[in-house]
Amino acid sequence: MKRCVIAFLSGLVFGIGLIVSQMSNPAKVIGFLDITGSWDPSLALVMAGALAVFGTVYWSIRGAGAPLMAERFVAPTETRIDRPLLAGSLMFGVGWGLSGFCPGPAIVSTTFGNPLVWLFVAGMIAGMLLYRFLSGRRVMTGAPRSV
Amino acid sequence: MHIVNFTPFSALIGGALIGLAAALLWWTLGRIAGVSTILGNALTERGSDSGWRFAFLAGLLAAGLGAVLFFPGAVHLDLAAGGGQLVVAGLLVGVGTQMGSGCTSGHGVCGIGRLSARSIVATLSFMVSGMLTVSVVKHLL
Repeated sequence: MKRCVIAFLSGLVFGIGLIVSQMSNPAKVIGFLDITGSWDPSLALVMAGALAVFGTVYWSIRGAGAPLMAERFVAPTETRIDRPLLAGSLMFGVGWGLSGFCPGPAIVSTTFGNPLVWLFVAGMIAGMLLYRFLSGRRVMTGAPRSV
Repeated sequence: MHIVNFTPFSALIGGALIGLAAALLWWTLGRIAGVSTILGNALTERGSDSGWRFAFLAGLLAAGLGAVLFFPGAVHLDLAAGGGQLVVAGLLVGVGTQMGSGCTSGHGVCGIGRLSARSIVATLSFMVSGMLTVSVVKHLL
């Protein structure tokens, strides 16, 4: 229960950050991706701000054996730069550029009252399920599959 | 290329909040705040340990609802595509993030923050293909 409260708070602050930075506005995102036209560099600073805070905390507590409310840290252990990583990321980028939506902002903006956002999210969920069922990868914690 | 609509302060503050949220999840629960993997696992994984994922997603929705109800002036949603294009884009984002094991948050913030080579390559990949896509859609088609 306590873990869920913390996770809710994290999602809440995350979502507020997306709205404050306007990552949840597709036109703003497209403006950032449009380097050959009228470029809006704001989202580079969103990333810089996020990296500065997360990076500082991550590297400061690196010596800690376990997180405060769980038995262990669960981070991806895969280190190979393989084809699925490249192909999947390139494909994601095409969808991101076509819509201006990545997953977090899309979820947040389902509450903004425009039903077109739901079409994107429906497509995204369908795509996620499709890949998982076709590839047989139901669970991806990033940790070794046995744990 | 010329620079337009640059909003450095709200970008930095919003970014810092995103980083803070990711740091909180990592420090307390030891989990990566990667939205595509959290959502994907929430959809297909049924274990005793999946409650936090739904709570995180509920937090995202609560942020949106709260903004709409209490700070409507802060909510901007200018769609860049019609329904058909949005469905296709959603499918590409859905399949792509699962195949590529992450999105802007998991790779772009947490992965790069951990100096993961995979995440750095993934982020460069989706940035480049996103920029190419926008160039083609806006300037060539």
